[in-house]
Amino acid sequence: MARAVVTLPAQAKRGEIIEIKTLAQHAMETGFRRTQTGDLIPRDIIRRFTCTYNGTEICRVDLHPAIAANPLIAFNTVATESGTLTFQWVGDNGYSVTEIAPIRVE
Amino acid sequence: MSLRSGVRPLAVAAACFLFDLAGTAATAAEIPSEQRRSGYELMAPETRAIQDDDATNPGMLWVLDGEALWNRKAGSAGRACADCHGDARASMKGVAARHPAFDPARGRPVNLEQRINACRAERQKAAPLAYESKELLALTAYVARQSRGLPIEPAIDARTRPFLEAGRETFNRRQGQLNLSCALCHDDNWGKHLAGSVIPQAHPTGYPLYRLEWQGLGSLQRRLRNCLTGIRAQVPDFGAAEFVDLELFLMWRARGMKIETPAVRP
Repeated sequence: MARAVVTLPAQAKRGEIIEIKTLAQHAMETGFRRTQTGDLIPRDIIRRFTCTYNGTEICRVDLHPAIAANPLIAFNTVATESGTLTFQWVGDNGYSVTEIAPIRVE
Repeated sequence: MSLRSGVRPLAVAAACFLFDLAGTAATAAEIPSEQRRSGYELMAPETRAIQDDDATNPGMLWVLDGEALWNRKAGSAGRACADCHGDARASMKGVAARHPAFDPARGRPVNLEQRINACRAERQKAAPLAYESKELLALTAYVARQSRGLPIEPAIDARTRPFLEAGRETFNRRQGQLNLSCALCHDDNWGKHLAGSVIPQAHPTGYPLYRLEWQGLGSLQRRLRNCLTGIRAQVPDFGAAEFVDLELFLMWRARGMKIETPAVRP
């Protein structure tokens, strides 16, 4: 199960600063840990998070092994026009999750 | 300050020595209800903020998984939880606040995980979910979430009282190589520090909960196993009767406090 949750206001006034919170379900295995028998546990992390607002990239985050499991990424943006925000998390072992959220701007 | 902090362990050691001399089970004083505190109140404001907002509480990821499992058909009976129980928001309200509850079939109290697995075996004809598996944690979290904000009230009557007393005995019994009881920390020394961590009162208000240390969701029994390992005691298996009795005692001890599932703890 690869789940991601996005929270943002459904509508906003034009020019208003809105907060967007995202939570992705991921173990973020560092690649530095070993099993009890000494074998290295392979790295398995989310490498990149991007958010586009009507096709324009408004936020990009590079993630690294020291970031905790189930990373919470929160950021602000200015509500400019109605449309959709697309959120994408891409990582090791073919991990890819996309969430789409609509917003109405008046 | 350095003098005081040097004196205190000596005083504790002397007190322990006196208890041993007396040769009695030194039953610690119970915490009066007005002094009872959820571990939530002892957390840093940042950790509280993570728990308070469903948009940031990582435990909600398991609750959402649990909701999907609730509606998914399972077992040879081809039934989902929802086929019998309907909308969990109504039917499961308050259930977690009453568990562990007496199960007439087994003749003893069962916790929420065991109740879910009994339902799976008897009604869904499905294999029981392993303790601490992602699925069982998710379903338990989803069911317990429906009791958030409700007061803990396990039913104590003639049938459950012997198990409550067994749990109380376990709580007050010294065990392990460090020869400590649960009560010595959680009744007598709550609010003080054990290394860098505040000792909480051990009220199971938010299980299953997300521990930042675990980087994931875990059950009350996982937490109990951590504590037992810490005092270097023998650790019973998941689902052991001794654990369920202790869970019942802890819930009774926290009676009236509000369910926080899914809680977040450091």
